[in-house]
This record gives sequence, structure tokens and C-alpha cells, in this order.
Amino acid sequence: MSLIATLARLEAVRAGRAQPAATVRHRHLSERPLVLVPLTTAGEAGAPLGALVGPDRHAPRLLAVPQPRDRDLRFAFLAELADVVLPYIDSCALAVEAAERTETDPESGKRVKVEVELCADAPQLIVPSRAGIDFVRLLGRSMRFRRTAEQDPQTPHPAPPRVPLLGRWLTHFGERARVPGSSLLLALTDVLARHWTTGQSSLEDQHLGALLAWISPPEGASGAEAALRAELARDADGQLECPPAGPATDPAFDNKLLAPAIERYDRARTALAAAEDGLQADDRLGALTAAERGIRALVEECALPTWEKVWDGLDLLRALPEGAHVEERWTRDRWSFTGHRDRVLAGEPPQPRRDDAVTAANKLAAREREQARLEAQEALDDPLVMAGRRLAGEAFAGEVTDVVMAYSEGRRPSPRPLVTVRTDDQPHLGERARVYRSLDGRPQSAEFVAYEEDGAEGTLITLRILDKMGRGKEPAAGSVPDKGDRLCFTLFEHEQRGGAKLPDPEQTPWTHGGPPDEESAPEAPDPVTEEDVL
Amino acid sequence: MDKAALADALGAPSAFGQSQFAFMRGNAFEARVKADGGAELLRLAHRKLDPGAEPPQEAHVPDLTAQGPDGRTARTALALREATGAGGWTLLDHPMLALEVAGSPAFLEPDAVVVHPDGGWTVVEIKSFPMLDGSADPAKVGAAARQAAVYVLALESVAARLDPAPRVRHRVLLVCPKDFSNLPTASAVDVRKQRAVTARQLTRLTRLQDIADTLPEGVCFSPELPPEELTAAVEAVPATYAPECLAACELAFHCRTRSRARGAVTTLGRSVRAELGGLSTVDDVLAAARGEAGDPDDPAVAALRRAAALRAEALASAGRGSACH
Repeated sequence: MSLIATLARLEAVRAGRAQPAATVRHRHLSERPLVLVPLTTAGEAGAPLGALVGPDRHAPRLLAVPQPRDRDLRFAFLAELADVVLPYIDSCALAVEAAERTETDPESGKRVKVEVELCADAPQLIVPSRAGIDFVRLLGRSMRFRRTAEQDPQTPHPAPPRVPLLGRWLTHFGERARVPGSSLLLALTDVLARHWTTGQSSLEDQHLGALLAWISPPEGASGAEAALRAELARDADGQLECPPAGPATDPAFDNKLLAPAIERYDRARTALAAAEDGLQADDRLGALTAAERGIRALVEECALPTWEKVWDGLDLLRALPEGAHVEERWTRDRWSFTGHRDRVLAGEPPQPRRDDAVTAANKLAAREREQARLEAQEALDDPLVMAGRRLAGEAFAGEVTDVVMAYSEGRRPSPRPLVTVRTDDQPHLGERARVYRSLDGRPQSAEFVAYEEDGAEGTLITLRILDKMGRGKEPAAGSVPDKGDRLCFTLFEHEQRGGAKLPDPEQTPWTHGGPPDEESAPEAPDPVTEEDVL
Repeated sequence: MDKAALADALGAPSAFGQSQFAFMRGNAFEARVKADGGAELLRLAHRKLDPGAEPPQEAHVPDLTAQGPDGRTARTALALREATGAGGWTLLDHPMLALEVAGSPAFLEPDAVVVHPDGGWTVVEIKSFPMLDGSADPAKVGAAARQAAVYVLALESVAARLDPAPRVRHRVLLVCPKDFSNLPTASAVDVRKQRAVTARQLTRLTRLQDIADTLPEGVCFSPELPPEELTAAVEAVPATYAPECLAACELAFHCRTRSRARGAVTTLGRSVRAELGGLSTVDDVLAAARGEAGDPDDPAVAALRRAAALRAEALASAGRGSACH
């Protein structure tokens, strides 16, 4: 945590409400995101209990598993989830725009432009907390290797159709969420904590209720009081007034309400199975339906407060103006979505359990590159983030005090003007270090030349501008700063270059396991046992 | 002392509790792992830890029941000694070990201890979180490794009393359900680091007797006392709250309230304290940042003032709607 963030936390303690950690919104928010509030029984991630899901705040779809140990009921839950999520994904997959991509031509080996489709919008999945992202990943892993009766008539417990497809999509969302700055799958607590600093520790910020209490405390209460109530307040029954955002439920909920309800359901089901005639079966079916309704009501009661809070949080975020580079990063998400759509359409097998060496190295490199890109773009978009970089000596801002025209030596002299900037910042500049400033959205680089103390006024830094001044002898208009301009230079690059290219998977060296097996069979589904979860 | 009851009496109840679903699954899994006299467990131990040894033919599972924790500890030590010389595979189901913590003995009950044919001892930890495609949640594995390291230390103290002292293996066996099934799978976890850390921490702990000696005469922590008296009694014991306490201690909410009331900056995280030099309360830090207090030559104060100035400048410029370009 930088000192600026620490200071913001202390100010939040003093003010009794959260302080801004960003002046713009750094993540894309879809017009119509799909919110998913999943629940599992406490301590058992593999036993889903239910969920509220949907793209409309006023019409959540309630899914519930009356007996999480029953495979058929779990499958029914997953099939219903697929019925909500897949049409939502499809609605984005159909609208496309034309785009260009550079590809290597297989015959000539040259880089050529190809016309491809790019989905005009991508789906966005919002879960309440980081644990929700892990749960999406877990759901994806459990479903994508399943076989439906159509794929394999011999399979002992066939999954409902579309469930394996949902698994592949949720896996893709889960993998994409690991890429810094991506917005396909967001955990609301993370996004809120990125934009507001509360007066509690980052550990406690993972509680959605407490976090929101700090950001917008109710009338007449301080953030600290409201957060405490959100964390701990219990009603006369000993139940939390603000249920945890899940997926794990509160143990008191499990033990006091859920366990008896599940037991009632089990009893009703056993009784129905033992019914001797139609009349008796009708009665007992009624009892079973009532028991199931009881569990559905419990799941709804537990998930609905979180559902409302997620939408409240989204409203708070929407009030912030979007950062300038957010759109560009969302376009990358759209590429990622389109790519996976195409892989699914092409009938490729589901994502493997373990990536091969080349894929894994590529993913890692992409994440590192995106991390650097995100850090640079956030700083350029947001003066508050830039302030943190300036404090760390990675950027400096100041006023231009002098501009001296100079030229490079050589056969064709080019302009290399010397610009002097007075700053109060203390950048860590090495000899001939490169610095960058944003010139109409594109980076202009300069070289550090000299450094001079200017008494109490700060420091004078002389830089030599190197590029973006046109081809002529005279620099293009507006490309050289004028005396009196206020500028901000960064020591980090604004745009990220890709690293060295990795070999094709077929060329994997033996040090990294060698090429993947030829014609590798599609991965087998997980073996089925009696006491499975998920 | 029942800290949960104490926390209730202080008006800051702990939030710990176990769901019966998790409890049932954990027990069912452990029973399954140890079924058939531990045959499956020993098979996993052989494969993951000691593939060079002869495969376990029949498991020897000594009876460890005895009266009271002291009796069980003595019975465990005896069983360990016998098994070490026997030259076969032995499984000790829920043995009892003693470890000196802060000058007083604490009793520990590992899930199991395996004695190898070569006389080496291995701690077995059975957990009900899944090992998915060969890897499990690192946070949970870390917690299990720390727990197992304590058992390793306790076993070493038993081993030290034997001649020749048997080897306590520093790779423990972590047994978890495989993927989405209830079938056990195992992984050898190296706990040398956790063992060293725990050993060092144990030697550094203030002896309980010394803490008790610093308390005023007649302090009592009975939950029946009125809350004011109880609060005063708890205050007499020094405690430094940090957010990590929330996951470990029943009294954390009480300590957090006291820590917030004092304005201690550690309430916001240990790292915060490290950045702020000698300034330890919210008021001190904010006063120093505003230039109302503090020595401007102190590097921590100077950095704080620069941070405050930069933050104010950025917020003001954002208010005007101009980014920093």
C-alpha cells in the first residue's frame, strides 16, 4: 500500500466514511451485466445450495438445490443456470462488427491483415466477492468435462445438455479474470475497493456489506458504525442481518435454519417414495413441494440482501466517469470473448486440466504485460493514481521554464529541443534515462540531460525531446512544449511491447516437456463415485 | 479459559462456528481414509513418502485409549517406541502429544502418525478441502502445513527421549479428497520452514507465568463478572491487535473495538504501521500530515507531508476536470 493510500485510510477513519481512491472509473461496466450471487453450504465449496442470477435488478431468477448431496438435483440446478447464462452469452455473440487482425500467412510466412469478426459487445459477469470468482472457476472445472447422453450414450450419469458448454464458458470467464484490468468477470468488492478507500483494513474490505457501509453510510451513522452492524448484527433468531456475500453461508444459518429444512425435505421424499396408493402419494407430494418451497425461501432470504447490495454497488460505480483507456481494455475483453466463441463454434475440445508449457508461458507473459499496461494506463487516466507514482519517484510534474532549440549531429540534423522543467517531485532519474509524456494520447519520449537544485523552488530538470516532432527540420506545430506549460513526465513506458515470441506448441523443447502428444484424445470426464460433490 | 464465552460476556461475541454440513463431511472423509485399519492411508504413505520401503502388508494399529490426556500421551509414547523397533508399518490413530508452550504443557491430537519400517515417524494431516487436478487452495495448504509443523515439533520431543532417537520426517502427508469425489489422494508437504518458524516463535514466547506475574493481584476473567470489571481485567493483559487476529482469536472483535478507540494505526493493517515510522495513532499521523505537529526533518513526517500535498493536488485537479497530461 502506498503512503497516499495509507493516508486516505486514516482520513476515512477521521471522516467516518470512505475517501476516493480514484477520480475516474477504471473498469468497464456493461449496460446490462449478468449478476450472479451463488451460495454453498459453509465449508463445502462443492455443494452448491442455490443462486440468484439475472441481468435485471428487479427480476432475479432464484435457483435452489433442496438437497445438495443429490447429484440429480445438482444437475437440475446447473441446467437451470445454463438456461439463464447461455442465452445471455448468445445475445452478445450474435452482434458482430468487422475488424482486422494481423496473422502469419501459413504459405508465405508473411504478416498479413485478415478480415475477422469482432463481437460488438461482450457479456459481463458480476459476482459479489473474490470467493465468487473462485466458485465460478470451480463450477467451470466441474462441468466442462461432463458428457451428455447425446455425446456418450454409455456414460453412467449423463449431464443435462448445455451443461458442459456452460462449464467451458465459466472456465473462460474464470481464466480471463486472472488477466489484470479485464472486466469480463468482476468481483464487486475488488472493484469497489479499487475506487474507494475505507477506514478499515483491506482484509475487512472483502466483506461487501461492510465495504458498502463505509462508502455510503446510512443517514446519521458513521461508516465505522454501519460497517460493524453489517458485519455482526444478528436478529432475535441469531441470524446475521446482513448475510455474508458468499458463496459460503453463515454456520448459524446452516445449523439453525437450513439443516432442519433439508431434513424435512429428506423425510418428505422418503415418505413419498414409500407411498402405497395414488391418494397417499398426492398428499405426500404436497408435503414434499412445501418442504422444497421452504428451502427456496431460505435461499432467497439469504441471497437477496447481497443481490440488492451488488446492484447498489454498481450504481455507485456508474456515477464515476469512465477512464480514458477503459474502452481500449474492454476491446481486448471483446477479442477474448470472440476468440472463445470461435473455438466453441469450431468444435474444439474443452480447456485442458493443465495447460501445456507454451500455453502456460504465453498466459503468464500476457498477464505480466497486461499488468504493466494497466498500471501505466491507470496513472495516465487518473491524477490520483499518478500522484502515487510521483510520490514513488516514477513520474514528475512541473512547469516548463525554458525551451532551447537544438539539433542532432549528423548528415540530416533533426530537431532535438532542450526543455527545462521545474518540479517539486523527486524522480529517480539515472544518466540518460528515458522519460515519456502523453502528446494527444501518444507517448513522446525525452532523454534526461541535467539536473539542478533551484533553492526552495524545487529542482530544474533539463530534458532532450527525441520524437513525435515530424520529419521536417522545424518541429511540427504543438509538438514541442512552450514556456509556461504544465507537463507530467513518467519514467515508465505508456505502451507495452510484446516480449519475445514463444515457439509453437509443436516446437516445445524437451526441457519443457517436449511437444504435446500427437492426436491427444479429448480428456476423460471425472470418474463418478457415490459421494460426489458438484 | 473459554475465550468464546469471555467474548460473549464482553459484548463482542466471536464469529466462529462450524456448519454441521462441513463437520459431517469432514468426519465422513476421515473415517473413509482410515477405514480397513488404515490400509488406504498406509498405501498412500508408502507411495508418496517411502516408495523404497516394502509395501505395507497388514496395518498394525495399536490401541491408544487411556485415562486423561496425560495417560494418553504416555500411551502414545509407549506405542511409538514399540512400533519403532518392530520394523513394519504402524498407524497411530489420533495419538496424543504434549508440547511445552510458553512454559506450560499443551496437548495436541494429530489426525494420525505413521511409523515407517525404517523407524521414521511421519505426521498425517487429513483435510476435507479438495485437491483439484493435483493442486489445492494454497492458503488452506499453508494453514495445514503450519498445523502439522507443530505436531512435528511435539513428535521430536518424544523422539528425543528415546535412544537411539528415531527420525521424525519433515515431509508430512496431507490427505485430501480427490477432485469432486470422496476418494482420498495425498501429497507430501515439506514443513521444514514452518517447523523452523514455529520452533523460533515458541522459544520467544513470554512464559505464561511471567505474564501472570505482571497482572495486578486478584484479576479474574470469569464471564459472570459485570462487563465493566471484565473489560478492565482484560485490559490488564497487553495485546496488540492487527486485522489478522480476526481469523484466529475469539477476542478479536473486542480487541478491535479497543484498538479503534485508541486510534491505533495497526487497526488498518501491520504494513501501515511499518510505513509511518514512530507515529502510531491516527491523530498523530493526520496532524503530522497537515503540518500541525511532528518534526519536518523526520523522513517519515516529510514523506507524509509530500503524500498529503500530492493527494490534495490530484483531488483538486480532478475536481476541475483536467487530467495530468
